[in-house]
Amino acid sequence: MTKQVTLTIDGKQVTVPDGMLVVDAAKEAGIDIPVFCYHPKMEPVGMCRMCLVEIGRPVMDRTTGKPILDDKGEPKLQFLPKLETACTNPVSEGMVVYTQSEKAEAGQKSTIEFLLTSHPLDCPICDKGGECPLQNLTMAYGPGKSRFLFDEKMHLAKMVPLGELIYLDQERCIQCARCIRFQDEVAGDAVLGFDERGRSTQIVSLSDPGFDSVFSGNTTDICPVGALTTADFRFGARPWELSSSASICSQCPVGCNITFNTRREAMSDGKIVIKRVMPRQNEEVNEIWMCDKGRFAYHYAESEKRLSKPLIRKDGKLSRASWDAATQAAGEAIAKAKKDLVVLASGRLSNEDLFNLKSFADQVEGKAVLYTHMGGGDLVSLVGVGQGTNFGAMGAGTTIVVVASDLYEEAPVWYLRVKQAVQRGAALIVANPRETKLDRYASFVIRYSYGDEVRTVHDLTKKGKVGDAFAKAENAVILFGSDGLGLDGSTALATACARALNDTEHAGKPNNGLIGVWQRANDQGAWEIGFRPEENLVGALKGKTVYVVGADPAGDDPALVRALHGTEFVIAQDLFETETAKLADVVLPAQAYTEREGTFTSGERRVQRFYPAVPALDGTRPDFAITSQVARQASVILEGTSASVVFDILAEDIKSFAGLNYAKLAEVKPQRPIVGRGDLYYGGTTYENKFGLGVQLSSAADRSEKFTLPRVQKVEELRPKEKKLLAVPVTKLYDRGVTVESAKLLNQRIGEAFVALHPSAAEQLGVEAGERVKLSLDGVSEDVVVKIDETISTGVVLVPRSMGLPISAPAEASLKAAKKVSVRA
Amino acid sequence: MSLAEKYPKEVKQILAKYPPEHKRSAVMPLLYLAQREDGYITKEAMQDIADALEISVTDVGSVVGFYTLYHDKKEGKYRMQVCTDLPCALRGADQFMESLCSNLGIKVGETTADGLVTLEAVTCLAACDRAPMFQIQSGDGLKYYEDMNVDKTMELIEALRKAESNS
Amino acid sequence: MLMTHILLRHRDIPDINKLNVYKSNGGFEAFKKVVTKMKPGEVTDAVKASGLRGRGGAGFPTGVKWSFIDNKIWPHYVVANADESEPGTFKDREIMESNPFQFLEGVAIASYAVGANAAYVYLRGEFWQVAKFLDEKIAEMGEAGVLGENLFGTDYSLHIYTHLGAGAYICGEETAMLESIEGKRGTPRIRPPFPAVYGLYGKPTVVNNVETLTNLPMILANGADWYKNMGTPDSAGVKVFSLSGRVRKPGNYELPFGTTFRQLIYEHGGGVQEGRPVKAIMPAGASSSFIAADEKVLDTQMDYAAVRTLGADLGSASVIVIDDTVSMDWVINKTIHFFKHESCGKCTPCREGTYWMMHLIEDIRDGGHSTDNVDLLLNVAKQMQNKCLCPLGEFSTMAVVTGIERFAQDFTK
Repeated sequence: MTKQVTLTIDGKQVTVPDGMLVVDAAKEAGIDIPVFCYHPKMEPVGMCRMCLVEIGRPVMDRTTGKPILDDKGEPKLQFLPKLETACTNPVSEGMVVYTQSEKAEAGQKSTIEFLLTSHPLDCPICDKGGECPLQNLTMAYGPGKSRFLFDEKMHLAKMVPLGELIYLDQERCIQCARCIRFQDEVAGDAVLGFDERGRSTQIVSLSDPGFDSVFSGNTTDICPVGALTTADFRFGARPWELSSSASICSQCPVGCNITFNTRREAMSDGKIVIKRVMPRQNEEVNEIWMCDKGRFAYHYAESEKRLSKPLIRKDGKLSRASWDAATQAAGEAIAKAKKDLVVLASGRLSNEDLFNLKSFADQVEGKAVLYTHMGGGDLVSLVGVGQGTNFGAMGAGTTIVVVASDLYEEAPVWYLRVKQAVQRGAALIVANPRETKLDRYASFVIRYSYGDEVRTVHDLTKKGKVGDAFAKAENAVILFGSDGLGLDGSTALATACARALNDTEHAGKPNNGLIGVWQRANDQGAWEIGFRPEENLVGALKGKTVYVVGADPAGDDPALVRALHGTEFVIAQDLFETETAKLADVVLPAQAYTEREGTFTSGERRVQRFYPAVPALDGTRPDFAITSQVARQASVILEGTSASVVFDILAEDIKSFAGLNYAKLAEVKPQRPIVGRGDLYYGGTTYENKFGLGVQLSSAADRSEKFTLPRVQKVEELRPKEKKLLAVPVTKLYDRGVTVESAKLLNQRIGEAFVALHPSAAEQLGVEAGERVKLSLDGVSEDVVVKIDETISTGVVLVPRSMGLPISAPAEASLKAAKKVSVRA
Repeated sequence: MSLAEKYPKEVKQILAKYPPEHKRSAVMPLLYLAQREDGYITKEAMQDIADALEISVTDVGSVVGFYTLYHDKKEGKYRMQVCTDLPCALRGADQFMESLCSNLGIKVGETTADGLVTLEAVTCLAACDRAPMFQIQSGDGLKYYEDMNVDKTMELIEALRKAESNS
Repeated sequence: MLMTHILLRHRDIPDINKLNVYKSNGGFEAFKKVVTKMKPGEVTDAVKASGLRGRGGAGFPTGVKWSFIDNKIWPHYVVANADESEPGTFKDREIMESNPFQFLEGVAIASYAVGANAAYVYLRGEFWQVAKFLDEKIAEMGEAGVLGENLFGTDYSLHIYTHLGAGAYICGEETAMLESIEGKRGTPRIRPPFPAVYGLYGKPTVVNNVETLTNLPMILANGADWYKNMGTPDSAGVKVFSLSGRVRKPGNYELPFGTTFRQLIYEHGGGVQEGRPVKAIMPAGASSSFIAADEKVLDTQMDYAAVRTLGADLGSASVIVIDDTVSMDWVINKTIHFFKHESCGKCTPCREGTYWMMHLIEDIRDGGHSTDNVDLLLNVAKQMQNKCLCPLGEFSTMAVVTGIERFAQDFTK
């Protein structure tokens, strides 16, 4: 344990760990020292001079090493003639700090006055107004009156786009460098900097595209003034008009804790709408950060295209029907189908929705199929990371392996957390067939060929530098993904990973075990509940009655369109009239997760609650309730009145959830650092967690259950062959998924559908980066843009998922240079 | 063409000065190199240096913005930087500057019509005992001119102009 | 008056900037002696005993500074501060241009004393030609075997490199200088940790001024006592005084500490132009407090302690002489503009305060010296004091406060 140090701040004694900064020690004692540049997640810089205090240190006798006492027997104190910054001075034994002495207050007052000489008086129209540290600290510590002549204020640009997502108001900036330091120290994307110097110092980004980082929105949270605003929320609302609801981000398996800020507004016909998404502190999940996809891709629920009435196919056409009629039609079809029912659902749904679907399928002896291209979640249930796992606690002694995943694109906050763990001393092994952003933090980069995933993981258990770094590590975690892999390949990879962890005794304890980098927020929940993917989905659908929930197979793959045509009956349950819905017999309109409550299970198997943020769209119902209604028509009784009751039943039924309930999931405990919103002390506008930190599920290994891991199945994964091109799927953060495409702001970042080639492959085709080629894949031809990736092999072409190209697994493809149009003058 | 291709010897020499794990240190000398031909640094040159040193182009631009001897805009071929700081001003630097302006027909900060000379007022150049004085910054370096007067300065500019039209 | 120079030796020995001339005048003997015959600690002790104090302005004992170097962390670096940018200071340039080998030998001796195998000479960007010249001299030293690997048959190796700044006064502050060498914006770091613990590339580093280092070969050659016998008990040795302003013969004068202002200005500097009286003295360049000159002041012996009794610091001994034709509001207008231009912008009081002071002094000069504005200017300057991140911010207030307080009549026109 770290040595404890006792000091006195404003007469209060406080005992804190050695090395803590005075500003944090004061916070522990309930004393707020005002700050602007200091942020507890970043190195102190002592720039803004707001936290000036008087610090006295006991005078030590050099010979005895003990404090010299004064006449009264008290230790003699030595104060520097200068005020000192509380944010740069660590505590020491016997230290005495005055934060509210006349001298200290004069110092704080002068800093406010200096800052305000350059700050505009536009609080009435400033987005930060109401939650602005400068505003609050001016009220609390400022001189109350400015002596600076208003006419001499600097006038600067007020709308400088640093990229298309974030705007800078140069007049409001107080040069605290929090944003620059965040990008540099925390995000690792050093795309912001200062230009010029002195009073002309300004924030700039020279990257292309501007502010090229998926963490950019966080800078607006920690900006202590209204200098940085998001293009999304800019002039959108006053903070005090907003209501807040705790939620969980649904964009990826990290499960970032978020808060939806909502407001009723005229612009939206008097509806209550989401105005912005803010991070909510959960030090074991996302700390106080989130990525831009989570922050900006929330508009889909407000889309005009939402389904609001059930539809039944009549005379070959879908037409509006009542809920009773539609659920009756669906229920009857299922009652008729019985074991010929296939429930096809995705990890977009909540645990409650999936549980009801699974129970329904079980009771009619049908099948519950997980709609995914990635396998291995059952193995994660066995050897997943142990209860108590926290990236924030990983450092020296821990080895993190990332295999077949591009974390920056697939799960940005895990990227950030892995990076911080490395900076605290953890070893990182990145194994991927192509270069990814995480490589730069890796102790070992393993570059294998597509198809060699299993062997690569197997080699981790062999003797040698890399093998020792993994096998002999005190703690080891593997994050596996599906870069270049389909269902078979990823299942084999997961098996290899599970075996490697189990063989080296890296399972069943905290900070050890397996994590799947899934494509959807609740894929792991679906696995826990018993959903399994189907190897041959096309075959499995033939002649069946299919209940598709939260998935659009027809939109993803022409082969599945054909397969759905060959079914008996199709029920589609979704937010939108998807391609699948268009060919369904019954369509049931579901609520968005922002309109209801429920839980998701994150990739780290943390079950977390989300709460309703906005009223549900008229005519829609929550998925679990719809399922219960359909089931009743098929004479199956399922709980459908409330999510919490469904969860209670789930917890009784599924071993890993045993003992959990909504109240437990809503429990909170104090978190460090304290980043309270109330006083806007230093955390920024991130929300305190008042609605639950969630509970991490136990794995079979945690419970010391006996299990045998399956053997690694030989996979007929395609490998690059001579003179043939192998198309492999890769994931991009910003794709054409329905949630992203509805966010207009992100459209520029999505870009066009593309393929990535090795330079020599491009040369052979006679194309250059940025030119177009015709990609033929799975019987479909598309014009796509060429990108170059020097790190892949020549026989491979990378094809992004969810960009309108039919790629769910490696497949042979062909490329042709698109005809060049020659223009004559 | 990258700097390393254009000036292989110089780039190698510069990089050799610093520990390989701290090659970012080379950013300042490389910026001088990038400024050599046109007297200013383009965004492309900044990107080139960023790539070579494995830092972000914003980090490079941020250095350019901080130091006064780096320029990101094209100005006169010769930047005549007259010290008007206290010690020089006590020896007539302000009056010297004024007459230079009227002789050249430009204000401080402006460039002569032929694009030859940009006149700038700068802070102390450590030649306080030899005022009035200035330095001339051009692509290939800096040179001091001390104990100057207006006539000598105009002759110097004339000589530069002649050299320019001859080349 | 000194018969021979210790630092400006080129004034006695022509062509001492040529290697053979420097060598034939005892050059590199001191360095050879320390490397072959002395332990690093003994060198430090000798420098401590000599009483040598840093010539960059702070006057901190050089040997003591060296002894702070953290021997638990390696490698160590030496950085020579050749950023000379203080208005009124122009001594280091003359030393490097005219007596380069003695300076470089000083760098070498300091490097040996603190166990550094690499040293950087940080020159202000305007010293482009000086840097080129030093590069040649460093190469010559390499060829002569006084720099490089296994010097004088020992296992001690040393390389010296120049690093050119690019126009920023603030880089004379030692931590800003380190940032600049690291390829960053030259903004000061918070201290502690001091460079002796966390310096260049985060390693223990000694930063010494050019003039300080140039003393070393002579101290090591002639002994600490020899050096200590010059100057005053408070300030040992000699100092190069840069004399500028309204004197007849401005220039560098190498004189022992204890020389009076009168001797410097009248005997060496030829007196004030047009025979006017001295009105004020800035003993440390633009960052000085003003000394209102009178007979007693002129007879004050210049050393660190004595100048302090006049309410100012000797600093880098860059003596700017102001006569009675000059009004102090004009002078502080100049200094404020300088500091406003050179503020790095990192800390609030300096960034905003210099800008505010600039507006105020312009208003005062334009608008008939309203007492309100003068009072406010004085108040703003005082409000900046003791709150800035580095000394530059504090420096910017010195002339303002002492100008208004000591020359009130110049602000009531």
